[in-house]
This record gives sequence, structure tokens and C-alpha cells, in this order.
Amino acid sequence: MVWGPIILTFKLALIVTFLLLLISIPLAYWLAFSRTRVKPVFETLVSMPLVLPPTVIGFYLLIAFSPAYPLGNFLNEVLGLQMVFTFEGLVMASVIYSLPFMVHPIQAGFRNLPASLTEASYVLGKSKTTTLFKVLLPNIKPSLLTGIVLAFAHTIGEFGVVLMIGGSIPNETKVASIAIYEEVEALNYGQANYYSLFLFIVTFVILLMVYLVNGGYLRRIWK
Amino acid sequence: MIRFSLHKKLKASTGDMQLDVECHIDQGKLVTLFGESGAGKTSILRMLAGLLMPEKGTIEVNNSVWLDTQKGINLKPQQRKTGYVFQDYALFPNMTVKENLEYALDKNQDIGIVKELIEIIELTDLQDRKPETLSGGQKQRIALARALVRQPQILMLDEPLSALDRAMRTKLQDYILHVHRKYNLTTILVSHEMSEIFKLSDEILVLENGTITRQGTPMDIFTNRHISGKFQFTGEILHIEKEDIIYIISVLIGNNLVKVVADQSEVQQFSIGEKVLVASKAFNPMIEKINH
Repeated sequence: MVWGPIILTFKLALIVTFLLLLISIPLAYWLAFSRTRVKPVFETLVSMPLVLPPTVIGFYLLIAFSPAYPLGNFLNEVLGLQMVFTFEGLVMASVIYSLPFMVHPIQAGFRNLPASLTEASYVLGKSKTTTLFKVLLPNIKPSLLTGIVLAFAHTIGEFGVVLMIGGSIPNETKVASIAIYEEVEALNYGQANYYSLFLFIVTFVILLMVYLVNGGYLRRIWK
Repeated sequence: MIRFSLHKKLKASTGDMQLDVECHIDQGKLVTLFGESGAGKTSILRMLAGLLMPEKGTIEVNNSVWLDTQKGINLKPQQRKTGYVFQDYALFPNMTVKENLEYALDKNQDIGIVKELIEIIELTDLQDRKPETLSGGQKQRIALARALVRQPQILMLDEPLSALDRAMRTKLQDYILHVHRKYNLTTILVSHEMSEIFKLSDEILVLENGTITRQGTPMDIFTNRHISGKFQFTGEILHIEKEDIIYIISVLIGNNLVKVVADQSEVQQFSIGEKVLVASKAFNPMIEKINH
């Protein structure tokens, strides 16, 4: 078994999860507490990757990132970012693709907290930021963990988007799911099985961890 | 001194209700907001704390203006210096008892107040525990202490004792009275528990259909002045029982169950759970010392 695709997959998942965490906390906070009328539009946009075929997302991102079009041209000329068939492009596409898996649990976590916790903090003279970091986030740890793990696992499992935007360049965009596809095409079932089994076990362990922690079995350790 | 005038349309379960209240409360008084549920008691507290915005109104506390909708003044909850004890306590589950209190400290405020308050509520032994491991009464005391850390100008208690049993309630009433006097607070309490109101309040504001209909001492408000009895107690009817041609009404007064005889015409006006005044003429009452 060649380890390149596996290592690349986990590198991608780690970076994507980290970026998603940074983006999703403010976004989920806004979605949970804002009362603006345009909110449903943003909620829909965030949820789109859940139902849209990954190839559709991949296709539009491919177009958008292409230097022949304004966004791709801007990224290329101004920031020097080449997004098509590169690792950076893969990260960008994966962030969009896995966004709902991080945002939804965090948003639900915020919403399920009693409003009186926030109000109590305000009455005690604390700002919104202090309230977020000292009161809200520490009390939605299970939701944060769920978001982190789901986003991580989902990024590991993606195929369509990666294929469209990244192609299959070894050590650059050839992640495990692509490698499996290629091995099968080449009738190397043994190799495909190694990759598949590895991903199967890893995702099983990751998801099991979430259910153990959020089901309260490991509560004492996590708290 | 607190002076406020608040106007807002509230959405209650029974439909829309117009809240129009104007009132002033003297410094150092303990005042009870009394009224049926849905009368707007909690809304008034929330507006004073800045958690709910009235359509029109003013709030003036010790000569500083907190709210004046016409002049566009509206202090944020953070700037108002109120202490608020929520119905559900709203303790932060991620912090210990002590941390809950320390969180409330203002920048550069002396940490000594936390220790002092924990001693007052007698939770020194439990100060490193998380709130979820404590009883309802203990949580209530923490919420009370936390509300006092910033030394608020108004302390507001939203039905603080409704979830507690009688013995616990009596004890907590003592804590509330103690801190109210010790820190010279102006306290507003929401309650519909008669005994609590009599024990704690200097003054009652009776709220009916969104307006304050009466303001006065508990004695003025709740007792019928036409009765010339020497003894008057308020209690709750627990049981009505027919015995031959008369009826026995069991009334809970404080912790005592008192049985009162009534005839049929009297009984018709009572139902179980009602608050009643029990009065008796006694020309030569006996008085004895109770040994503890």
C-alpha cells in the first residue's frame, strides 16, 4: 500500500476542520441568534452541500476558480493562488462542501442553551464576546466535538468534489477516495481493499468516539 | 429611588395585553410585584434590567437616567448595575460555585466580596462544586449571591422560591432579608405566595391586566379592614369536608393546619386552594415562651 493518498487525506481533513471551526463559530452564532429577515437565505446556502450532488459543487467551483473567470483570475493575479488542480483549491472546496456538518451542530448547541444564561451574563456586565467565550462555548462542548468530528469524517469521505476540482495528482490532490477509484479501475482490488478497509476502520472509530462522548459514557473524561 | 414608566404591548397566552405601569420605589425598600401569571410581572423586571425594550417609557434610578425613549437614551443591560435572580437560576454549568461568583466581578473589583458572599449564603464547603451537583435551594442561594457581587442598585428576584419546599423557602427568605438589609438594597420581588409577601415586603404593587391597581403595605392590601378580629392570619384552603350539618374547612397557615367550622352558605364561596383570611376575636389571648 502506498501511504501518500492516506497522508494527504488526513492532512486535508485536519486543515479543513481547523478552518471550518474558525468560520463556523461566528457563522453559527449569527444564525442562532440573529433576527434578520435574510437569515433563511443564508441557512439555505449553508445547507445546500447536504443535498446538492458533489459534482455540481465541484463543477461550479471549477468554473469559479478557473483563471478564465473573474474570481479565479483575482485569486491568481492578486493573491497568487492557483486553485484548480492544487491542494489549496481542494482545501477551499472541502471547506464549502463540509460547512453544514460543522455549522449545524454548533448552531443547534447555541440554540439549545437557555436564553437566561446569556441574559445573566449581560446583566453581570459582561460583553457579547466574553459571554461567547466564557459561557456559551464551554457549555456546548459536545456540539463542538460533534461538529469537529463530523466535518473531519466528511472531508475524509468526499469524492465528487475532489475529483472535479483536484483531479488526481499524486501527493497534491490524489486523496484516498480517489486512489480507491483508480485502483478499482485498474482492477487492483487488493490495493483498493487496503485503502477502503483503512478508511472504514478510521471513520468507524471516529464516529464511535462521538457517540461515546455525547452519550455520556465518557463524560467524566471529557469534562 | 427608582422611578419608572413603562408602556408596551405584550403577547400573552390569552392574547395581546397592553402594559402601562408608572411607579416609584423608595431607596432601601423591598417591594413585591403581585399579580396573576401573565399579568406582566416578569416583563417589568426584564425591562428594568434592559433585557426587554418597552415601546415607550422612562427609567430613572438614583437620579441617573437608564431609559428615556423620547430622548433616545437606553443603557445596555451591562451598564445598568442590576442584580437579577432568574426563575431557572441561570447558573453557568461550566463553572464552580466560586467561579460563578468570580465571573460577576467587575474589572479591578476586590475579590473579597466573593468570599464574603459565599460565607453569607453558607456554601463555603461547597464552593468548588459545580452547580449541577447541588440542590435547588443551594442553587438559589448561589444565584442570589452572584447577583450581589457587583453591588447592584436594584436587586430583582423573579419568583425566586416557587420551586422550593416550605422549609427551604423559609430559610431562603431569611437570606434575602439578611442581604437586603446588610447591603441596603432596593429589592423588587415577584411572588404570589402570601406568607412570603407578608414576611418580606415593605410594600406591594398589585398588577392587574397590565396596570398597577393598588400600592401599599401588605396589611393594607390583603386584609379587610372591616373585620375587627384581634387575630388575623392568611392561609390556603387544603380541604373542605362535610360533617353532619356543618362543614370543616382545613386551612394551612404557615406550617400549621387549622380547622375552621363553617355552615353551608359560607362554604359555597370557598374552594380548595383559595387564599383566605382567618380571623378570630380573642379577648384574653395567652402568651407563652417557646423553648427551642
